[in-house]
Amino acid sequence: MEDKVILQMEGISKRFGATQALDEINFELRLGEVHALLGENGAGKSTLIKVLGGIHKPDEGIIKINGQEIEMNGIQDARNSGIGIIHQEIVLVPYLTVTENIFLGREILTPLRTRDLRKMNELALDMTERLGLHIDVTTKVGNLSIAQQQMVEIVKAISFNVKILVMDEPTSSLSDEEVGKLFETMDRLKKEHVSIIYISHRMEELFAVTDRVTVMRDGTYVGTVNTKETNVDSLVGMMVGRSLTNYYTRDYNMTDQEVLRVEDITRAGVFQNVSFSVHKGEILGFSGLVGAGRSEIMQAIFGNDSFESGKVFLSGKEVKFKSSMEAIQSGVAMVPEDRKKQGLTLINSVGFNMTLASLGSVMKGPLLSETKRSRVIGKYIDELNIKTASADIAVSSLSGGNQQKVVLAKWLATNPRLLILDEPTRGVDVGAKAEIYAIINRLAGQGMAIIMISSELPEIINMCDNVCVVREGKIVGRLGHEELNQEEIMRFATGGE
Amino acid sequence: MGNKTRVKSSNQFIGMLKSNTGILCVMILIGITLSFMTPNFLTAGNIISVLRQISNNIFLALGMTLVIILGGIDLSVGSIVAMSGTLTVGFIVTNGVPMMPAILAGLTLGTMVGLFNGFIVARFRVPAFIVTLSTMNMAKGIAYIYSGGRSTRITSDAYAMIGTGYLFGVVPLPVVYMIILIIIFVILLNKTRFGTYVYAVGGNRESARLSGVPIKKVEILVFTISGFLAAFAGIVLSSRMYSGQPKAGDGYEMDAIAACVLGGISMAGGTGHVSGTVIGAVVIGIISNGLNLIGVSSFWQLLVKGLIILVAVIIDSQKNIISERFGKKKSSK
Repeated sequence: MEDKVILQMEGISKRFGATQALDEINFELRLGEVHALLGENGAGKSTLIKVLGGIHKPDEGIIKINGQEIEMNGIQDARNSGIGIIHQEIVLVPYLTVTENIFLGREILTPLRTRDLRKMNELALDMTERLGLHIDVTTKVGNLSIAQQQMVEIVKAISFNVKILVMDEPTSSLSDEEVGKLFETMDRLKKEHVSIIYISHRMEELFAVTDRVTVMRDGTYVGTVNTKETNVDSLVGMMVGRSLTNYYTRDYNMTDQEVLRVEDITRAGVFQNVSFSVHKGEILGFSGLVGAGRSEIMQAIFGNDSFESGKVFLSGKEVKFKSSMEAIQSGVAMVPEDRKKQGLTLINSVGFNMTLASLGSVMKGPLLSETKRSRVIGKYIDELNIKTASADIAVSSLSGGNQQKVVLAKWLATNPRLLILDEPTRGVDVGAKAEIYAIINRLAGQGMAIIMISSELPEIINMCDNVCVVREGKIVGRLGHEELNQEEIMRFATGGE
Repeated sequence: MGNKTRVKSSNQFIGMLKSNTGILCVMILIGITLSFMTPNFLTAGNIISVLRQISNNIFLALGMTLVIILGGIDLSVGSIVAMSGTLTVGFIVTNGVPMMPAILAGLTLGTMVGLFNGFIVARFRVPAFIVTLSTMNMAKGIAYIYSGGRSTRITSDAYAMIGTGYLFGVVPLPVVYMIILIIIFVILLNKTRFGTYVYAVGGNRESARLSGVPIKKVEILVFTISGFLAAFAGIVLSSRMYSGQPKAGDGYEMDAIAACVLGGISMAGGTGHVSGTVIGAVVIGIISNGLNLIGVSSFWQLLVKGLIILVAVIIDSQKNIISERFGKKKSSK
């Protein structure tokens, strides 16, 4: 890393109606550094990035690149200044090849005005290899893994001669191994003097890959620190404006009263001989790599999928749910992994989503009772501290953390005795995470049996009574909470010695 | 936007006005224009006749509303209209079946087509467009096979009453059916579990399934209701025409879809209100009626009607974009 400053944003302010989205933000990016932009949802990170990308015009403030002030009037200006943005969602055309995607809109033509595929393929191959991505550039993008698609996005961005690359939560859908690959790529980019602005909620990543961190809060600039000279607690403190002394809340009060017992359930090729039990007040963690079969096991128990052999007992009685509906009626609830695809109907209102799984309890004769319904909605908005202007606004307008609380409320309203949580804090900012941990702890305290699948080791270690580690569809390790540590779990999860 | 009103109960009427502002403006604009152009437009007689004309489209459009909110489409309703009318009249006149059993049979057969649509859509996950495109041809085919392509006259006064009778001597019976059905549908969509499930499945099928919504049942029921309403519309129409005609109902599905679209129901599913559909159907109704009153030839009417619908939808969509931009700016941080 050199000390040469490539980008300066000084005193950037942006107001939308009554909301001051950005208030005199300062940001500086050095040549070849990876600079994290950290802040809770709504802190203004994305607005700042949009200003940099030419999507929003700032009300005040100047942007300098290589010391020269530039005028940003649109996306084209940003692109010409060497700024590339990789969005959280992949925006490639799945039916086109890697090459076609990279050159989309600026194809190289032969003298006969047809596409010069040979030349484009050569160039594409060269570019992908340079970033350590070994793929066939003539495959359709849809056939690649998410991680590979993301790499193609990076290649595409670089091919525009990008000097400043913004990566918005690039790891949110990657496995640990893939994250490692991504970090290698970022190292290569640094060596080619590309400067990277990195946005992520995962603290351990910031420490693994960034040089400096700039923290924002409520649209204001809090400070910039060298990654080497800070730690998680102080960063969290800067983000939320107070120190979170008890990030994890946990009173261990597991009982010996069994709620769920699973005996030897198997579904060929997906999971084999899975046995475990959960008790009242227990939080049983499921750890393992993405794709190890954790979600599939839970989906099968929940009746959304099937298992071929083995038995499941709920409070001592054998059950085999044929649909989620049956599971819900027996007091099993499941907060699914993907909030947007499985958890919520985004276009519908907060209240609509909260009561969808428990409509039976808000009926008055054959009709829905608005009174009963708003009572349930009000109760959970209070209990879970859901920040929403009203229960009638579309759930899509809430922050990730509040959306997740709505999903949680939907399932709590069904009065479950067993609650399955699949990645309960994915895409949720730290403040909301701490709140969700407190809620989970409270539910366990009230005697609910809880299963928590999580890829975040710190939350597994700090929240669970017992942990099952899953690898390739089998439970390969069981650990009590006093023996939990990252190395032990990873050893089981990866099958290493 | 549109779904704001669903949870509220108190000011539902204002919510209805709000979510339909665009199309309401269009309706009022057309109404004012017509009342200046022809003195006959705003007479009691004409209003009742417009209501009678739109009733048939409303029967179909109500079912279509459910189907579109569910995220589907039902192209078979026009053909079901032809089939149920032809068969019911045929049963009575040709086969000598008493009136009530004949009507029941006609209704049942039409409903069966809807049930079939729903079953195929839910069970095999074939797109509704394809399934109902097939049954559209099949139902029409059945009507032609049964009748040999000829229309059958029916002289029974009792049968004629269904479509041409009046309540208290002033309100045409089809208008009465229409009002009852609208009330039922408003309650169905807003006040019942089933209604909520329709929005949930249309909004996000996977999330609905995981929330314990019996999605297949909901899908089957929605298409069945659509089929039933089409069959009902077919019988009322055949009664008004004093005959069962296999050519009847041609293109009716498009009018029903147009009413829904004009009423702001998203073709992507998940949102929309009965009130929108009703206003949409009224707009289409007064356009046809107005063009008749002014004396535009029926050939020109098609062209003009198509254009007006297009313009109305453009106005409505622009309104959405404008308010969306405005709303986004307000809510983003």
